[in-house]
Amino acid sequence: MTHLTLLDQAVFVLAAVVLFTCFALLTQARLVATLRTFAWQGGLVAAVTALMAAAHREPHLYVTAALTLVLKAGVIPWMLHRWVRRLGLDRHVESLASPPAVTLAGVGLVIFCYWVVLPIERMELTATRNVIAVSLAVVVLGLLMMVTRRQAVSQVVGFMAMENGLFLAAVTATSGMPLVVELGVAFDILVAAVLFGVFFLQIRDAIDSLDVDRLNRLAEGMEQE
Amino acid sequence: MNALLVAVFTPAVGLLLLGLVPGLTLAGWLNVGLSSLSLAGAVTLAWQVLADGPLNANGFHVDAFNVYLVALTAFVGFTTSVFSRPYMRHVCDSRHLPRRHMRLYHAMFQGFMFTMMLALTTDNLGILWVSVEGATLATVLLVSLYRTPEAVEAAWKYFILCGVGLAQALFGTILVYFAAQLALTDPTRGLSWTVLYAISDKLDPTVMSIAFVFLLVGYGTKVGLVPLHSWLPDAHSEGPTPMSAVLSGLLLNVALYALVRLKMLTDGALLGTAAPHTAGHLLMAFGLVSFLVAGLFLHRQRDVKRMFSYSSIEHMGLMTFAFGIGGPLATFGALLHMLVHSLTKSAIFVTVGHAAHIAGTQTIDHIRGLIRTQPAVGWGLTVGVLAIAGFPPFGVFTSEFLLLTATMESWPWLTVTLLAGLVIAFAGLFRHLHPMVFGVAPEGQQPVPANMAPVTVHLLLVLWLGLAIPGFLAGWLDQATHLITGSGLL
Repeated sequence: MTHLTLLDQAVFVLAAVVLFTCFALLTQARLVATLRTFAWQGGLVAAVTALMAAAHREPHLYVTAALTLVLKAGVIPWMLHRWVRRLGLDRHVESLASPPAVTLAGVGLVIFCYWVVLPIERMELTATRNVIAVSLAVVVLGLLMMVTRRQAVSQVVGFMAMENGLFLAAVTATSGMPLVVELGVAFDILVAAVLFGVFFLQIRDAIDSLDVDRLNRLAEGMEQE
Repeated sequence: MNALLVAVFTPAVGLLLLGLVPGLTLAGWLNVGLSSLSLAGAVTLAWQVLADGPLNANGFHVDAFNVYLVALTAFVGFTTSVFSRPYMRHVCDSRHLPRRHMRLYHAMFQGFMFTMMLALTTDNLGILWVSVEGATLATVLLVSLYRTPEAVEAAWKYFILCGVGLAQALFGTILVYFAAQLALTDPTRGLSWTVLYAISDKLDPTVMSIAFVFLLVGYGTKVGLVPLHSWLPDAHSEGPTPMSAVLSGLLLNVALYALVRLKMLTDGALLGTAAPHTAGHLLMAFGLVSFLVAGLFLHRQRDVKRMFSYSSIEHMGLMTFAFGIGGPLATFGALLHMLVHSLTKSAIFVTVGHAAHIAGTQTIDHIRGLIRTQPAVGWGLTVGVLAIAGFPPFGVFTSEFLLLTATMESWPWLTVTLLAGLVIAFAGLFRHLHPMVFGVAPEGQQPVPANMAPVTVHLLLVLWLGLAIPGFLAGWLDQATHLITGSGLL
């Protein structure tokens, strides 16, 4: 390992903590606690961004950090929380199918992500490249969360966790995309969050629950009448 | 430049304007007016680009490849808006939809057109992603417009699957930007496609090939490639028919356009390596599987719009396969196929919308005797299906013939597979079509007021393209081929 500055090491540690929150999300059955963990994850991504800005003297990253903090640790968790209260799901506890197996699958996926980015890491350009693997793992664990959950709100949290992974990748690997793109992406995510709320209502009106497993009328091969 | 701004930003104005207009009649006409203004801009732009060469300014890049898609998109958008005005009125009355739903519909129709235009004309790969994602956001509420459990399910599936898929594409885009930073002196321009294309041989091949896999999965979800296609039949069958027409005719093209642009970058980066055609081979594999699987699925459909959405997957698979082969002949064929497929498929969806009104259902088993009840709709559907199945005088035949010839040249043994796939799809379409148009009409089935003008125009264009491709269009497609493959066909 090459020598790293203190700030770079801090970036590493925080990225690892983001990965840790992903595992926490995977096995958290209580909906409100899931949202809280998700907000923490957003805050950590913002902190990584701010650290990168300091470490590499990229002032425009401070804007990104502020944007992430407001959006990912503030607005979106708050909106989701409001929906949860409005739908009367405050005390909802999801029955998870075998958390140990899900955690193990998550571990396997993290190893897989490291394997995928192995050819990139061999180039040894900057040490932060390691974080590409971590951010990819965050994306994939978000995906795993969406696969294993049946509750619409937790699926959305999984989706947003994936987006957190993407933000992390953009910040650590490339020191931030151009501002216009970041704003566009943030706008899309915000609109998506609003639309998800609309869908919670529509799904509840349609099937009288938010268990999306019951949305199964269109499955191929079933009788469609 | 002004024509470009008119073409791209008229729909953006429309999005805001139609969100405020309460009257259904006024909104319908405004929708037509705005679409025709955008079409005028697109045609002028196409004219300018043809005469003066590529346009590159203010973050936009328009060359022969995308300008023809811009013109096509604006044209199909315009004819669909003409169709949608009376059609959505009818739907609104028969389904008792609240007026605010119609306001949403018109605003989002324009919003969708805006994202399509922006995705096609932008030079920035990040903006490209933002607008393709924006297209999902604009259309997702339209899929659930009727608020039936099926529609909500289809919309949720569409939202989640395309969202997740496009997240992979964003990761791919970030990796491309990362590769650009290693190669560029001014890294902030690393998302500009023209800048990247100029230095594509300096991009790191390992990073680019990993990036391409993510981009393929991401944009491939939007193209509807098997096995990422499962949102597509649902969204097409449950949404309002004008939406199905533009989704099938435009959105899938734009996603494929993004893939081809990114393949050009990846090919440049992999040129000096041991496996220079990795991107092409991936496209070929995904395309061929989609083509065959969708052809088989055609046989077991019960919903008529679902059936035609599988036909769209089949044709997108064929185009993806052709772009994967590369080479001037295959690329020319694929570009022509994009054009004729969009025109034919949107015409078919418009006709199917009328047919479903006549029968009062979308279930194939209950749509009978269209020719007896309303000859215009019945014959429109028959001719449309003949065209899409690749029968001789129509343009789809020409492009499929070119694609088969190209396959014969480079991968002879795959020609058999392609032919078999075409026959399977043909059989699947016709076994359902025959009773629908020729069967015995149920008692009391009444004709509906139908506007067949868009269908006629589309099908006549496809016929024209099949009989004789006009010289300027051939030259145009050849310029695009030249751009993509480095050598022209003509």
